[in-house]
Amino acid sequence: MNIHEYQGKEILRKYGVAVPNGKVAYSVDEAVEAATELGSSVSVVKAQIHAGGRGKAGGVKVAKNLDEVRTYANEILGKTLVTHQTGPQGKEVKRLLIEEGCDIQKEYYVGLVLDRATSRVTMMASEEGGTEIEEVASETPEKIFKEVIDPVTGLLPYQARRLAFNINIPQEYLSKAVKFMMGLYQVFVDKDCSIAEINPLVTTGSGDVLALDAKLNFDDNALFRHKDIAAYRDLDEEDTKEIEASKHDLSYIALEGNIGCMVNGAGLAMATMDIIKHYSGDPANFLDVGGGATAEKVTEAFKIILSDDNVKGIFVNIFGGIMKCDVIAEGIVEATKQIGLEIPLVVRLEGTNVDLGKQILAESGLNITTAESMADGAEKIVSLVQ
Amino acid sequence: MSVFINKDTKVIVQGITGSTALFHTKQMLEYGTKIVGGVTPKKGGTEVEGVPVFNTVIDAVNETGANASVIYVPAPFAADAIIEAVDAELDLVICITEHIPVMDMLKVKRYMEGKKTRLVGPNCPGVITPEECKIGIMPGYIHKKGHIGVVSRSGTLTYEAVHQLSEQGFGQSTAVGIGGDPVNGTDFIDCLKAFNEDPETEAVMMIGEIGGTAEEEAAEWVKANMTKPVVGFIGGRTAPPGKRMGHAGAIISGGKGTAEEKIKVMNSCGIAVADTPSVMGETLIGVLKEKGLYDKCKTH
Repeated sequence: MNIHEYQGKEILRKYGVAVPNGKVAYSVDEAVEAATELGSSVSVVKAQIHAGGRGKAGGVKVAKNLDEVRTYANEILGKTLVTHQTGPQGKEVKRLLIEEGCDIQKEYYVGLVLDRATSRVTMMASEEGGTEIEEVASETPEKIFKEVIDPVTGLLPYQARRLAFNINIPQEYLSKAVKFMMGLYQVFVDKDCSIAEINPLVTTGSGDVLALDAKLNFDDNALFRHKDIAAYRDLDEEDTKEIEASKHDLSYIALEGNIGCMVNGAGLAMATMDIIKHYSGDPANFLDVGGGATAEKVTEAFKIILSDDNVKGIFVNIFGGIMKCDVIAEGIVEATKQIGLEIPLVVRLEGTNVDLGKQILAESGLNITTAESMADGAEKIVSLVQ
Repeated sequence: MSVFINKDTKVIVQGITGSTALFHTKQMLEYGTKIVGGVTPKKGGTEVEGVPVFNTVIDAVNETGANASVIYVPAPFAADAIIEAVDAELDLVICITEHIPVMDMLKVKRYMEGKKTRLVGPNCPGVITPEECKIGIMPGYIHKKGHIGVVSRSGTLTYEAVHQLSEQGFGQSTAVGIGGDPVNGTDFIDCLKAFNEDPETEAVMMIGEIGGTAEEEAAEWVKANMTKPVVGFIGGRTAPPGKRMGHAGAIISGGKGTAEEKIKVMNSCGIAVADTPSVMGETLIGVLKEKGLYDKCKTH
């Protein structure tokens, strides 16, 4: 799960990780009010969307007085920002973060990620702050320093010190930098983060070490034990079909094509998209109905696929393991009864209770094209939607 | 011979009284797997499907002599269940459970360092040695005994591969689902090593997907060590970057973990990669012919 920058900073603040003073604003008046309360000579107006690259897209402005705050807030609120992470359709700005400006001495990068190869959390740091870490990694990899963290001890002070020395943080900032990194690690483990990235971390003229930006992502599988994080969810940032799917525990991702897919298992769902593309079709979505799906859940999955106006045909590809083919078949029949189906439907069933499943479909009297294999199904649906 | 499990493997089911576990316990028993006990706290002393239930793993192990366990415990409690099984010194623990928090798995992996137990999973379909032992959730009937080792990050894609092999007359030595999570137990290299040493296995099919670099590392290992042919498939060529494709581990982030990159490295290490999921079997059979292993591997 993603959250906004201002929400991330709220969490950091609680853990003693220094961030500039700031307030969220949903309107221009609120923005001006926030800047008045902050009372700083310079304030920064920052668009809050779940995507990076906001500055380049005109979503971050430095205001020298309250009039400028009003002007910039007016300009940014409601604007659709297109960054390299939003896709071409962009994202509409509905919230602003009004933050006090600070006297930046130098920008750094500090981030925590899970290193899959070692099964450890790794802290990365670089003195190339402000640029994307992927860019630094490909151009000047020697400027990235890493500390692998043992989950038993957590990040140790010497590791944080070593990072600070390696990225040349001046000594007068050392103790604050160490406190910052230790706090950030604590946030990462306490809140089950999947990414915690501070880019830039800055040293200021007034002697502080601050998180100027904060990107925190969380492990969806751990949200059950973090009601506070779950409450940060912003539905405006998500695809409506993906929201509906998540309500029914369906794993759904909207894509651009016209062939709706319903598959069990993530690997097979990905491979189904691949094979549709191979036969020159275009998948409209990724949808894994999961292992323990009921007929009701299959019905909901169908409704979600059909709510996408681009969908001109549906390919159901099921290889039953936990998932039983008869359950899928019942769900398909139920869904088509409830909502009607005017577009082509190709079904390929294999695995647990396959004969029962095929029998249910055959006896339903519905207009269903059956497929004998994945390739057969993909070819059939691609030709039917043309 | 086979890898990890065989007809003598004695299995306990953790979380046996849950509905999914019950369904699959029945299926495993029907397949001929030696399910010797189950564990559900507070249900000790009862019996399900003719299998005795115990309160703790250590009780179950002491009473039944089990050497393997399969876990169906819900995600919030699954890490604890794995550690309980490791603590009882089982040889093999297969965790089917999906959605375990990554942070829990980091602790599990740290705890397992230096311990004798092999963990397969989590978020996996399990392990099957056809006609001997099935531990997990895979449909047993699609598997045939033979000489192809199968290892995969995906459940249903494994069934797809196995089904293609069986239909074309190529049985399997063992099929291992290593699971779709970013932090798991047994990895590709562990399985490749085991298949390489298994006299029953003549060739291996390795099924990967986007995310991480496990396939690349495995490919390098194959190039350096493997004496048997390996073919592969990578799911997610068309997956958009930055999106988690169902599996927690299936995500292209920062331009890393793409299917193209994996296929490139696999090819450069001598692994033939199937173009589409429907030709996984064909690709393997082509390689068997090339290597003169066709007749040896054709089982039915």
